[in-house]
Amino acid sequence: MTAPRPLLEVRDLVTRYETGGMLRGPRRVVHAVNGVSFDIAPGETLGLVGESGSGKSTVGRTILRLTPASAGSVRFDGVNVLTLPAGPLRAMRRRMQIVFQDPYSSLNPRMRAGVAVAEGLEIHRLLPAREIPGRVARLFEEVGLDASYRAKFPHQLSGGQRQRIGIARALAVDPALLVCDEPVSALDVSVQAQVLNLLADLQQRRGLAFLFIAHDLAVVRQLAHRVAVMYFGRIVELASTEDVLLRPLHPYTQALLSAVPEPDPGRQRARIVLAGEPPKPTAPPPGCPFASRCFHPRKDARCITELPVLRPIGPAVVACHHAGL
Amino acid sequence: MSDLLELRNLTVEFPVGRGRGPALPVVDVSLSVARGETLALVGESGSGKSLTALAILRLIPPPGRIHERTRILLEGIDVLSLEGEALRAVRGRRIGIVFQDAMTSLNPVLTVGEQIREAVTAHRSMPRAESRERAVALLAETGVPDPAVRYGSYPHELSGGLRQRVLIAIALAGEPDLLIADEPTTALDVTVQAQILELLDRLRIARGMAVLLITHDLGIVAGRADRVAVMYAGQIVEEAATARLFRSPAHPYTRALFRAIPRLDAAVERMQAISGSVPLPHEWTSGCRFQPRCPEALARCATEAPPPIPLAPGEWTRCWLAEKGAR
Repeated sequence: MTAPRPLLEVRDLVTRYETGGMLRGPRRVVHAVNGVSFDIAPGETLGLVGESGSGKSTVGRTILRLTPASAGSVRFDGVNVLTLPAGPLRAMRRRMQIVFQDPYSSLNPRMRAGVAVAEGLEIHRLLPAREIPGRVARLFEEVGLDASYRAKFPHQLSGGQRQRIGIARALAVDPALLVCDEPVSALDVSVQAQVLNLLADLQQRRGLAFLFIAHDLAVVRQLAHRVAVMYFGRIVELASTEDVLLRPLHPYTQALLSAVPEPDPGRQRARIVLAGEPPKPTAPPPGCPFASRCFHPRKDARCITELPVLRPIGPAVVACHHAGL
Repeated sequence: MSDLLELRNLTVEFPVGRGRGPALPVVDVSLSVARGETLALVGESGSGKSLTALAILRLIPPPGRIHERTRILLEGIDVLSLEGEALRAVRGRRIGIVFQDAMTSLNPVLTVGEQIREAVTAHRSMPRAESRERAVALLAETGVPDPAVRYGSYPHELSGGLRQRVLIAIALAGEPDLLIADEPTTALDVTVQAQILELLDRLRIARGMAVLLITHDLGIVAGRADRVAVMYAGQIVEEAATARLFRSPAHPYTRALFRAIPRLDAAVERMQAISGSVPLPHEWTSGCRFQPRCPEALARCATEAPPPIPLAPGEWTRCWLAEKGAR
C-alpha cells in the first residue's frame, strides 16, 4: 500500500506558556506539549487520547494557531501553518475547523442558530449573499436538524442539538480537516451515539479527516483508524486502533485501558489501579514522566534518568525503555 | 438485611408561574437502602437523581419543596418530621454526602485540615488537639499521602483526585451509616476514577456503611453496586439486582441505554443511538415518559402511564410490556 500524502504533518511540536507573575505567584513555565509528531491522511481519523493535563487539547489548539507554538512545524497540504502571515492564515483556517466540547459556551447566546451557521460563509465570502440561506438550510439538513431550528437561540436547544449546530458551523466553510475536541463528553449517553454516528456519516460523505481528541477510549474506538496516546505532553504510543486496544505496549496505555469501566459484571477485567497522579507540568522530571506511577516489572534507574523516545515495536511506536521486552 | 433508609413516594415540586400546576421533577420515587449495601441510582441529566439525593437530606433549594405524600424513613424515623438539632444529627452525622465538584464544595480560603476538623466538631465537641488528630486520621483513611502535611494544604494546592478524597474525609467525619455519593468521579480522569471507586468500596466494607451511588455511568455500576435503580424523567423505571439488570434489562430505556454505551470489546459497528433527547418536565405526557423515544411502544403507552409492575422480589419495572401476555 502506498500511503497517500498526508493532509496534516505535525513535527516536533512544542507548546509552552507562562503562568503566574505579578499577584498570581511566581512565574513558571508550563510544558504543555513536548515534541509531538504525527500525520493525518485525507479522510483519516487519528484519535488523540489522554487524561486532563496530557496536552491533547493544546495540540489541537496549537495546530489551528489558537495557541502559539514554541517550536516545531505543522504542515497542512505541504504548507507550514505556523509561519503563515495573517492573510493566507485566514484562507487556511477555512480548511481546518474545530468542534468544541461544550457547544453551550462556544455558541454566542444572542445569535440565532441559523445566523451562527451562516457566519463563516459571510466572513470568508464563499457565496453571494442571496445563496447563503439555501446553503444554511442544506447544512441543517446535513446535521439532522429541521430547518425550523434556524430561528432558535442556543438556550432553546438541547445539548445534542447545540453540538449539531457547532458541527454545521464548522462544515459551513467546507473544511478538509475537523479537529474534534471532546465532542461528545458533555452529552448524555443516549445522545452521544447520535453525534458519533453523525460524525461517521459526515466523514464518509465528505471525505473529511478528523483529529479526534478524547479521554474516553471506548468513544475514540468508534471513529479512529489510528490512536495516539498522550501522557504529560508526549505521545507514548501510536498504532492502529486495533493494535492499541488489543495489544497495548506502553504500561500507561495498559493502565488506561484497564481503568475504562466495563459495563458487564460478568466480565470484569483485571484492574490496574495506578497509584498517584502525573508530575506537575511546571517541573518535568528528567526521565520517563510515567516512571513515578509505572508498574512495569523491569522498571529501573534508567527510567528515572533517561527520557525514552518513540521507537518501533512491531506495527506500533512506543516511548518506553522496556516495553515489548 | 434491615432497611436503613426507605423512601416512599418521594415527590419534589417547584412552582411554575400563575395558572399552571407545579412542576414535579421527581415523582413517586420509592426505594430502600439496606445496611452495608451499595445501591446505584442511575440516570441521565434531568432524570431527577440528584434532586432525590438532596431531598433525602432535605436540601431542596426553595421555592422547591417535598410533597406531603412523601415519607423519608431513616431506621423508621420520618426525616420530614425532624427539626433543629434532630435534623442536624441526620445531616452529616447519620448521612454523609459527597458531591461531584470538589473545587466548589470546598472553602478556598481554609486549609483542608481545618475543614475536616470543622466537620468532626460539628457533631461532637472535643479538644482541638483531639479533633486535629481525628482529621489527620481521616485523611490517612481516605488514602491521602503525608496526611499530617496535607492537613495544612489549601484546596487549590491539591489535585482533583486528592480534593475528592478530602470531600470523602469530610463526609466520613460524622461516622455516617449512609454515604450518598453524587457523581463522585464524573470530574475525574479514568485512572483517578478507578482509585476513588476502590476507596469508596473499601470504606463501605471497613465501616459497614451503606452507599447510595448516584451516577449517569452504567459502566461504573457493574462490579460495584448490589442493586440498581434506573431513573428517567423523574421516575424510577426499573429496579433490579445488578447482575440481573445487566443480564436481562426489563425496561426498553435500560436496554437502549446499554446499546448506546460505546464498548471496548464488542465489534465496532454503527452505534445504536436513542432518538430524540430526554424530555423536560413541561414536555411530559400523561402516558409513559419514554414512549416518544421507545422503539417497542404499544398503542396504550402514549396515553396510559404504566404503574410499577413486579418481576421478582425487590425487582420491578414501569413498562406495560412486562405485564403478563403483553406481547
